[in-house]
Amino acid sequence: MNPALAGLVTIIVGVGGCLAYFYFSNLVLDKFIFPARGPQAGKNINRANMVRPWLFLFPALFALGLYLGYPVVETLRLSLTERVPGGGSEFVGLRNYQQMFGESKFWEAMRNNMLWLIVVPAASTAFGLLAAQLTDRIAWGALAKSLIFMPMAISFVGASVIFKLIYDARPEDQEQIGILNAVWLNFEGGIGSFLMLKLLPTLLILAFAGTVAYCAWLLVRRLMAGGNALFAVILQGILLLLLVWLLWQSLRGLIGVWVVDLPYGEPQQWLTLPMWNNFFLMIVLIWIQTGFAMVILSAALRGIPEETVEAAIVDGANPFQIFFQIKIPQIMGTIVVVWTTITLVVLKVFDIVFAMTNGQWETQVLANYMFDKLFRANDWGVGSASAIVIMILVSPILVWNVYNARKEMR
Amino acid sequence: MDNIAGSKSSLGWAVQISVVLLVVLWLFPTVGLFVSSFRTADQISSSGWWAALFPAEQSEVLRTADPDDERQPDGDMFVVAGNLFPEDSEKTISTWGTSARDVAAYTAGDTADLGDDGMLTVNADGSYVWRGSDDALSGRGERVFVTATAPPEFTMENYENILFRGGTDDMAKAFFNTLTVTIPATIIPIVIAAFAAYALAWMDFPGRALLIAAVVALLVVPLQLALIPLLRLHLGIGIGKGYLGTWLAHTGFGLPLAVYLLRNYMVGLPRDIIENAKVDGATDFQIFTKIILPLSFPALASFAIFQFLWTWNDLLVAKVFLIDATGETTVMTNQIVELLGTRGGNWEILATAAFVSIAVPLVVFFTMQRFLVRGLLAGSVK
Repeated sequence: MNPALAGLVTIIVGVGGCLAYFYFSNLVLDKFIFPARGPQAGKNINRANMVRPWLFLFPALFALGLYLGYPVVETLRLSLTERVPGGGSEFVGLRNYQQMFGESKFWEAMRNNMLWLIVVPAASTAFGLLAAQLTDRIAWGALAKSLIFMPMAISFVGASVIFKLIYDARPEDQEQIGILNAVWLNFEGGIGSFLMLKLLPTLLILAFAGTVAYCAWLLVRRLMAGGNALFAVILQGILLLLLVWLLWQSLRGLIGVWVVDLPYGEPQQWLTLPMWNNFFLMIVLIWIQTGFAMVILSAALRGIPEETVEAAIVDGANPFQIFFQIKIPQIMGTIVVVWTTITLVVLKVFDIVFAMTNGQWETQVLANYMFDKLFRANDWGVGSASAIVIMILVSPILVWNVYNARKEMR
Repeated sequence: MDNIAGSKSSLGWAVQISVVLLVVLWLFPTVGLFVSSFRTADQISSSGWWAALFPAEQSEVLRTADPDDERQPDGDMFVVAGNLFPEDSEKTISTWGTSARDVAAYTAGDTADLGDDGMLTVNADGSYVWRGSDDALSGRGERVFVTATAPPEFTMENYENILFRGGTDDMAKAFFNTLTVTIPATIIPIVIAAFAAYALAWMDFPGRALLIAAVVALLVVPLQLALIPLLRLHLGIGIGKGYLGTWLAHTGFGLPLAVYLLRNYMVGLPRDIIENAKVDGATDFQIFTKIILPLSFPALASFAIFQFLWTWNDLLVAKVFLIDATGETTVMTNQIVELLGTRGGNWEILATAAFVSIAVPLVVFFTMQRFLVRGLLAGSVK
C-alpha cells in the first residue's frame, strides 16, 4: 500500500477508533453493565462514575506504560544481560557497566556532557534573559523576539548544516566561504586582535567569574546564617564546591587567554580542534535554545508587579540594581524552570553531534555514544548501560519536577 | 516604568543597538544558508555568501568576434563591432587591457592603439568597435582582459535539481516520507491525550494525584531508554521497521507532554459551565465533546504545533524505528545527514536540501507563533 494512503488510513482508523472506543465503552457502561434504571439505579450511577475515569484514561495509560514505562524497566534488565550467539541472552551482572567504565570513549563522553551541562543552560539562559530584558523596552520588540525565537523551529540537523557552513575552511590560497574563517583571517596580531581576542575574552571571563563569585558569596552567607535542614546544607555545599571549581576553571582560562599563541593568518578546521570544537558544537544548541529561554523569561519579567520596580526607582536604584536586585530575585523560580528544561535537552543531545562530527575529534557525548554502541557496535548490553547512565543523570530533575508538581496541586 | 527615573533617553540608543546586534547575530546563520541555496556551485566556492548580496567585481578574459568571419568593410578599412558579453548580461566594465601584463591599461570608453593590429574601443556595457586595415583584422579575435562589476545573481536551479530531477540527491521522496510520518503522529496523540486529560482534570477518582505525578515524571524520561526495548517489541510482534511502528512510537513519546499541557489548560476552564451541563443531564462523554474540546482549542493547537515540529525535525526515532536497509523510507533529516557524508563540500546541494526541510517548520512557526508561545508558557511557567 502507498505510504501516504496508509497514513490516511491510519489517521482515520486511529482517530475514528479512539472516538468509537470512547463512545461505545461509555454506552456499554451506562446501558448494559450499570444501567441507570431498575431498583439499583442510584447505586449503578455511582458505580458507573467510578469506572468511567478509567475508560477515559485507558488508551493513554496503556500507551504511556508500553512506550515509556516498560522500556525503563526493560532497559535496566538489558543492561545487566549480554546477548549470546545463537539468540537469547544471559545475566552478566554489572559486567556491561565495568566494560563501559573501562572505555576511554565513555569518559570522554561523560566529560563532554558535563561541559555541555554547564555551558549550554548557562549561556542560553543568560542570552535569553538579556534578550528578554532588552526587547521588552523597544517598540519593535515583538518582531525582534520572533526572529530570535525562530531557530526553535529549525531541526538540529538543519542547524548543523547551517553551522557547518559557518565553520567551513578552505586552503589558505582560496577565498574563505565560512564566515568564521573569513573573520579569523582579518586578525593579524595587531591592536584589533589584541582588543578582540585578548581583552574581550578577558572581560567576558571576568564577568563570568564575578557572577560565580557573587553567587558563591550569597551561598556562603546563607550557610553561615544557619537554620537550614541537613539535606539543604549538603545540597548547598555541593553547589558551593561546584562554584569554586568554576571559579578555578575561569582563572585558568584567564591565564590561558594571555599565554596562548594564536596561529594568525591560517584558516582553521574549527571542528577538529580538540576541546574548542565542543564549544563550537554547543553554540548550535545555544543558538536554538536562547529563543525558548527568552520567551519564557520575558513573560516572567512582564509578570513582575510594577510597584516593586517603582519603589526601587523612588529609592534611587540604578537600572542595573533594579535588574539584578529587584527583577532577578522575583523571577528566580522561572529561571530554574528554564535552566532545568534546557538541561534536559542537553542530556539528550544527539543529532547535532551525530551530524557534525559523529563524536570524532574528542566531541563524543553520551547519547551519541549510546547510538554508536547500539547500531554500530551492535552491543545492546553496553548500549543499555549508557542509556541507564543518561536516566540517572536525568533523575534529579525528575524528582524535583514531581516534587514541585505535587506541591502545586495541594 | 523606567522613564520615571529619566534613564530611558540615555540608555535608549544603547538598547536599540544591542537588540539590532542580537537579532542580526541570530539571523545571520539562517540567512547564510538561504542565500547559498540560490547560488551556483561556482559562485559558492569562489566567494562567501555575504559577497553575493552586493555587486561583485570580477576579472575575465574575453575575445572579440573572429575578424575573418565578422569584419565589415568601412572605406578602405575594416570594422568588427559587437559585444564582449552575451546578450542580456548586466555586467559593467570598469577597466580593461589587451595584455595579461597590464589588464587595467584603459578605462571603459577609451580607445586603445594596438599598433599593427588597429584601434579598439571598449565601452562600459561591453560593446566594442575594432577598426583596422586588412592585415590587422585577420586571424583570431583580439583578447580583452576586463575588470567588470556583475550585479548579484541568483538561480533556482538548485531547487530544481533537488526536488524534480530524482537521483541520489532527491529530496522530494524524503519530503513526502516526512509528511507521511508527521501527520498521523501529530493527530493521533491529541485524541488519546484529550480524553485522559479530561479525566485527570475534571473527574474525581482515587489515585488521580499519583497519575498526574507519573505523567510529570514520564515527561522527562529520555527517549534513549525506549529505543532497544521497543525495537525488540516491534520486531517481536511483527510490526518491524516501518511507518506503523514510527507512528506508534511518536504517539507514545508525545503523550506525556500532550496530557500535561491539556490537563493544565482544562483545569483552568470555568467550573460553572461544566456543572451546569451536568445538572442539565449531560453525560461525561457529551460534556467532553460538546464543551471541553471546543474550549480547549488553543491548548490543542499548541500541542499540535509542538508535536508537528518535533516529529518533522526528528532524526533519532526515524533512524531506529523507520529507516530499513533499503532506504526507501528515508526522511529528510536522515537524507541531509547522508548528504553531509557523501556531498560534504557541495554546499549548493546541502544548503538547498537543508532549506527544503527547514521551510515547512518555519512557515508553521511564523503563522502559529501565538499558540506555540502559549503552549510553552503553559508548560513551564507556574
